Amino acid sequence: MSFRFVRLGTTCVIFCLTALSMPQKGLAQWNPNQIQPATALSQSVLIQPAELVKALQSSKIKPVVLNVGPKMLYQQAHIPGAEFIGQGSDSESIKQMRARVQSLPHSTVIVLYCGCCPWAQCPNVTPAYTELRRLGFINVKVLYIADNLGTDWVYKGYPTVRGNN
Amino acid sequence: MARRIFPLLLVIALCAIILIFAIWNNRPTIAPHTEAGAELAPDFTLKALDGTPLKLSDYRGKVILLDFWATWCAPCQEEIPRFVEWQSKYRDRGLQVIGLSMDDSPESVQKFSREFRMNYPIALGTQDVASKYGGIFGLPVNIVIGRDGKIKAKHLGMYDLMQLERELTSQL
Repeated sequence: MSFRFVRLGTTCVIFCLTALSMPQKGLAQWNPNQIQPATALSQSVLIQPAELVKALQSSKIKPVVLNVGPKMLYQQAHIPGAEFIGQGSDSESIKQMRARVQSLPHSTVIVLYCGCCPWAQCPNVTPAYTELRRLGFINVKVLYIADNLGTDWVYKGYPTVRGNN
Repeated sequence: MARRIFPLLLVIALCAIILIFAIWNNRPTIAPHTEAGAELAPDFTLKALDGTPLKLSDYRGKVILLDFWATWCAPCQEEIPRFVEWQSKYRDRGLQVIGLSMDDSPESVQKFSREFRMNYPIALGTQDVASKYGGIFGLPVNIVIGRDGKIKAKHLGMYDLMQLERELTSQL
């Protein structure tokens, strides 16, 4: 009797997990590439906006800040000194980032950020972070932007720059 | 009897916990930044995807949902099927959805709009238009414009769609 219940239970659990792993209508159709969500990053690699502001204002060596988000949003507002790379989910941008960091020592402090979307749905920071780590960079941080750049940076009054530079 | 039912209840409870956890984990996040004002929505003329001019003021007298979005924006992908539905449902009552894509090129937008069967005008947004609306610092941005052409609400980030529908229908 108990074996029957175990079998039934296993079936139910497998059914639930299968149902939950099915893509939402429309969403997965449009994302043929496997998205690497920002939530895959461990807490230890994250830097909070206030911490980055402090680091940028300090007189010590400033980190290299790379924007791996969409161009249009970079032009609307970006962190002063941040360099535009392109969307981290795009292989061309990753290639561009490789070229940018080629001459840097592996100990360079690099901060990546995007801010296009809520953290759990940002497709750009994790591929860029993974690539930098693969290249041997040991001091890579990712700016934690919970909702978007507007809410978590611009409207908090942190410094921003408009345009391409 | 109780010994027979107990394992079954255990299995049902386990399934319920998995489902509740998944639903909670996937719940939309409500944008903390919501603005409402009474200023006139800045006018713009852009070229729609079908090549025709898209001029905001041509829709004066209608309730407009102006949606800044992009094909790569996951929350936008969640919203758009609802906007398509609302456009059909409330068209006769005077609703007009307008989509301004922040993508860099029109090709992906064309493909996306076909796949999502978008039934409202879409154009590629520009820096200028984005700036006129106070800047676009994340997506999506939903702007509700009343029949008088004034901005009734502006929502940055994924907003509660039931609430947004209420805001729109209250203007119709």
